[in-house]
Amino acid sequence: MRLSTLTLAMTLAAGVAYANPVAPGDVSYTEYGAIEASLSGAPGDAVNGASVASSRAMGNCVACHKVSSLDAAFQGEVGPSLDGVADRWSESELRGIVANAKKTYEGTIMPSFYKISGFVRPGDAFTGKAAQGELDPLLSAQQIEDVVAFLMTLKAQ
Amino acid sequence: MLRRTTTILAAGLVAVATGAWSDADDNELVVNDEIEITTQAAAPAHVEGLSEIYSGWRFREVDTQAAQMDDFDNPAFLAVDAAQIKWDTVEGEAGKSCASCHDDVMESMKGVRAVYPKWNETAGEVRTLAMQINACRTENLKAEAYGYTSNDMTAMEALISVPSRGMPMDVAIDGPVQSTWEQGKEMYYTRYGQLELSCSNCHEDNYGNYIRADHLSQGQTNGFPVYRLKNTKLNQVQDRFKGCIRDTRAETFNPGSPEFVALELYVASRGNGLGVEAPSVRN
Ligand code: HEC
Ligand code: HEC
Repeated sequence: MRLSTLTLAMTLAAGVAYANPVAPGDVSYTEYGAIEASLSGAPGDAVNGASVASSRAMGNCVACHKVSSLDAAFQGEVGPSLDGVADRWSESELRGIVANAKKTYEGTIMPSFYKISGFVRPGDAFTGKAAQGELDPLLSAQQIEDVVAFLMTLKAQ
Repeated sequence: MLRRTTTILAAGLVAVATGAWSDADDNELVVNDEIEITTQAAAPAHVEGLSEIYSGWRFREVDTQAAQMDDFDNPAFLAVDAAQIKWDTVEGEAGKSCASCHDDVMESMKGVRAVYPKWNETAGEVRTLAMQINACRTENLKAEAYGYTSNDMTAMEALISVPSRGMPMDVAIDGPVQSTWEQGKEMYYTRYGQLELSCSNCHEDNYGNYIRADHLSQGQTNGFPVYRLKNTKLNQVQDRFKGCIRDTRAETFNPGSPEFVALELYVASRGNGLGVEAPSVRN
C-alpha cells in the first residue's frame, strides 16, 4: 500500500503531461484488481465524486452502499457500508474496485463502472431496447477519479 | 461455473451481512377473515439457493398488506368484476361465452391457477394461463386473442385465480416440461445487461435487503396478476419480468416470447408450496 502511494504520486506528476483518458479496454489491472494510474490523467475532485456516488443518474452507489457522510435518501444494504473504506483500501485498489469490482471480488454483484464489452444482451440504457453501437462505460474516466477521491475521504478518524 | 460464482457471492455477502439478511416480517395473511394463505414454506428440493420461500407480501409495508386482506379494499376486484361479466358474455363467431363451456368460474376453475404454466398435450407446448385464455378465445370462442399483457388479459387471469386462493402452488417441472424448465433456470442465473445482474443476484442472494428504496423480495409469482399502487393497475407477470430485465440495462424479452414462458415456468416452480394470492396488492 505504501508502495502504491508512491506510484500514485508519480502518476499524478505524469498526469499533467498526459491528460488523455485511458480507454476502458486498455486499462491495466494488477493481479489483485487494482489500477495504479489515474484513468483520466488528472486528479479527482472529491466534492463532485460525492454527487456521482449519490446520484441515481450517475454512480448510484448508495443504491447498494450506506455512506453516513452523504445525505442521500434511501441508502441500500446490498453491499457493505463504505464508512472508513479508505482505511481498508489504497487509492489504486479503490480505483480498481470502482472500475471493475469483479477483478477484486470474483463474481460480485457490484457492476463494473468502467467496462464496455462482454455483456449478455446489453441494452440502450434503461429503454429495454438493444444497445446501438459501442456502449459508453457507466461512468467516465474523470467521474471514476472523482468517486475515488471521494472514497479516499472516508476514513474512520 | 455459475454455481461456483454464486457460492463465492453468497460467501461474500454472508461475510458482510448486517443482520438485515432475509428479513421477511412475521405477519400472517388471512383474506376476508376466511382464506388462510401460506406465505412461507420450506423451499422445494429443486431450489438449491434457498432454504425457505416467502411470498412478496411478507416484504411489503403494513398498509399495502392490509389492502389485500379484504376484497372490498383490494383495488384488483374492480377488474375481477369486469372479467366476470366478460366470462358470461357471448363473444366471437362460435356464439359462445367462457361460461358456455365452463359454467361457474368459482367452481370450474378451482385449482387451475396453482398448476400453471403447464404442459398442454394436444398442442404439444408449455402453456401459461394467459396462453390458455387466448387459446380458448381463438379456438373455442372464435374471438380475437387478447393482447398478452392487456387489461382484458390481466382481469381474466385475476378472475380465474380467485377460486384458487390459498391453494399451494404446485407447478410440474419434469416430464415434457423439463427442457423448458431447464431453459428458464438458466435464464434465472444469467447476468443480463450492462449492470450484469441476474434474477438470483437480487431475489435469491439479496432478498430482505434494501436496494435504494426497494425492499427486495424473492420475486415469487404466486400473487400475479398483481395490482401495483405505483401504476394503479393489474400487472401481468411477464411485464414484471420485462421491467426487471430492463432495469439491468439489458435488451429485454417480450411478454409471450418462448424465453419468458420458460422463465415463468421456472420462477413459478420456485414458489411451489406458497399459497395462490392472486390478485394481490404490491407497491
Ligand atoms: C448492485 C450493488 C452495488 C452497487 C451499485 C455498487 N456496489 Fe460497491 N460493492 C457491492 C458489494 C456486494 C460489495 C462487496 C464485495 C462482494 O462481497 O461482492 C462492494 C464493495 C465495494 C467496495 C469495497 C468495500 C469495503 O468495505 O471493503 C467499495 C469501495 C465499493 N464497493 C464502492 C462502490 C462505488 C464507489 C460504487 C458506485 C460508483 C458502488 N460501489 C456501487 C455492491 C455494489
Ligand atoms: C436489480 C435488482 C433486480 C433484478 C436483477 C431483478 N429484479 Fe425482480 N424485482 C426487483 C425489485 C426492486 C422488485 C420490487 C420489490 C420486490 O418485490 O422484490 C422486484 C419484483 C419482482 C417480482 C414481483 C414480486 C411480487 O411479489 O410482486 C417478480 C416476480 C420479479 N421481480 C421477478 C424477477 C425475475 C424473474 C428477474 C430476472 C429476470 C428479476 N426479477 C430480476 C429487483 C430486481
